[in-house]
Amino acid sequence: MTDDQGGLTAQFAEWRHYVQRRRELRQADVDELEDHLRGSVDDLMAAGLHADEAFLVAVKRMGSLDELSREFAREHSERLWKQLVLTGGSDGPAARSRRDLAVMVACALGAAVSVRAPELFGVSLAEGSGFYPLNAGLLVLPWLAGFLAWRRGAPARLVGVLVALFALGAVAANAYPLPVESQSIVLTSLHLPIALWFAVGLAYASDDPRSSRRWMDFIRFTGECFIYYVLIALGGGVLVGFVFGTFEAIGVSPETAIAQWVVPCGAAAAVVVAGWLVEVKQGVVENIAPVLTRLFTPLFTVVLLAFLVTFAITTGGIDVEREALILFDLLLVVVLGLLLYSASARDPLAPPGLFDKLQLALVVSALVIDVLVLWEITGRITGFGTTPNKAAALGENVILLVNLAWSAWLMLGLLRRRTPFTALERWQTAYLPVYAVWAWVVVLVFPPVFGYL
Amino acid sequence: MKVAKDLVAASATPMVLGILAEEDSYGYAILRRINELSDGELDWTEGLLYPLLHRLERLGHVESSWRAVAGERRRKYYRITRGGLAELAEQRRQWDAVVGALKEIWPGDPRPLATFPLGGFA
Repeated sequence: MTDDQGGLTAQFAEWRHYVQRRRELRQADVDELEDHLRGSVDDLMAAGLHADEAFLVAVKRMGSLDELSREFAREHSERLWKQLVLTGGSDGPAARSRRDLAVMVACALGAAVSVRAPELFGVSLAEGSGFYPLNAGLLVLPWLAGFLAWRRGAPARLVGVLVALFALGAVAANAYPLPVESQSIVLTSLHLPIALWFAVGLAYASDDPRSSRRWMDFIRFTGECFIYYVLIALGGGVLVGFVFGTFEAIGVSPETAIAQWVVPCGAAAAVVVAGWLVEVKQGVVENIAPVLTRLFTPLFTVVLLAFLVTFAITTGGIDVEREALILFDLLLVVVLGLLLYSASARDPLAPPGLFDKLQLALVVSALVIDVLVLWEITGRITGFGTTPNKAAALGENVILLVNLAWSAWLMLGLLRRRTPFTALERWQTAYLPVYAVWAWVVVLVFPPVFGYL
Repeated sequence: MKVAKDLVAASATPMVLGILAEEDSYGYAILRRINELSDGELDWTEGLLYPLLHRLERLGHVESSWRAVAGERRRKYYRITRGGLAELAEQRRQWDAVVGALKEIWPGDPRPLATFPLGGFA
């Protein structure tokens, strides 16, 4: 009997060692499964089997570890986000990654060429005609969306929707007679890329557009993509520096080549490359967005609280000129970003902790600031009439107010252990269409309504 | 006879919630209870049970805690929450509708075709 026990201990140790190599399973899962296996072995031994027989039968009953891991992977996709990419069919990973690379290179080249193509029709990058700020998203993002749709094997109907959305964007940017100095041209330049980014999201989620987890993945994708893009831009800056220096040294001025070709084409191609990098996860940077979130949530909370205290003391009112409005909206968007990224990286099962409290403080102070800004804007609109800028800011503040208010409520529920974390996740993904619709409204409806002001 | 796979999957959530509504339990005991309730005809695997338990936890229908009961190993116990009870009631309403409809189409004895001729002429 003691022999039996000794043999079993060794076998369990070996089993654990084997199972722990599975990245889909965590320590606690392995503990839970080991308890299961032990229960099974105990029963079999009570039925008269020898220890090693019982162990073999129990392991066999548990079924293939591959299948078990796959089921765990399906349930805990947020874990896998860190290590693998759960897309693609059954064909080998090597062949697949080579094809991915080829399609990515084609799309990146497409984006780079698109940026230069308007030159053929006499639209120069150098002149400030307002064409490029308006159309930048339209020249680049379809290529990224195309790459993602290809990778997901998007159904034809969805591809049709994507084409229609980009065509609509092209109409909005170019069919309206927007004067170069108008507010509308600035608003469209700011909102069209956002509207188109949601089209990219549709391509990203095209294998399962109704799944809120898929859209949460898209939020993760957005953050990681941004970080990769910044890193590529830094590298690109170094490259441009070398090009400049070395060519100057041999007496050739590379200025035009850099300004007309290297920078714009590189910037466009880098969008596709960044998207591809996030997709294939080459382990260069692992999930830096959530780490940044952890760092900046406390700092932003302190800044917002300091602002509120100062505001209460001075009570000078908020300057609602264009720059200030944009600044406040950006601030609220950053807060929302911090909330989204910590949500996307949070273990949904973890109990509420100090960080969640901190985040509630951040959201509530942002909410107060939002109300203050709204108060000022409505005051100005009723006093001095409305402009496209003020109307856009008003709408954005209301949209953010609704999101922040309900998020604060859900976070309060989370802290009081009334609502599961999933509720917050679902709320955020369900709210994404609101931003998309608003961005499209600003792009499509605002210019004619405000007389192309 | 083994119950078909998709039927097993469809009934998994109400089954587990129902068992946890009786009392707090852990994985292996839940699997044994299902086996016992169905006379071994429901074929559950660990790959079905544990991810399901984790999903129910994520949705807030159950809560888990590691407990050490005297004389036993440390185990992960699951407890149904208020939300889980509500979900169970909702699932029960749906299953009642399905079972009710099936009973309308299949009245009386479960094997009418085999017994009918005998009953008719005896």
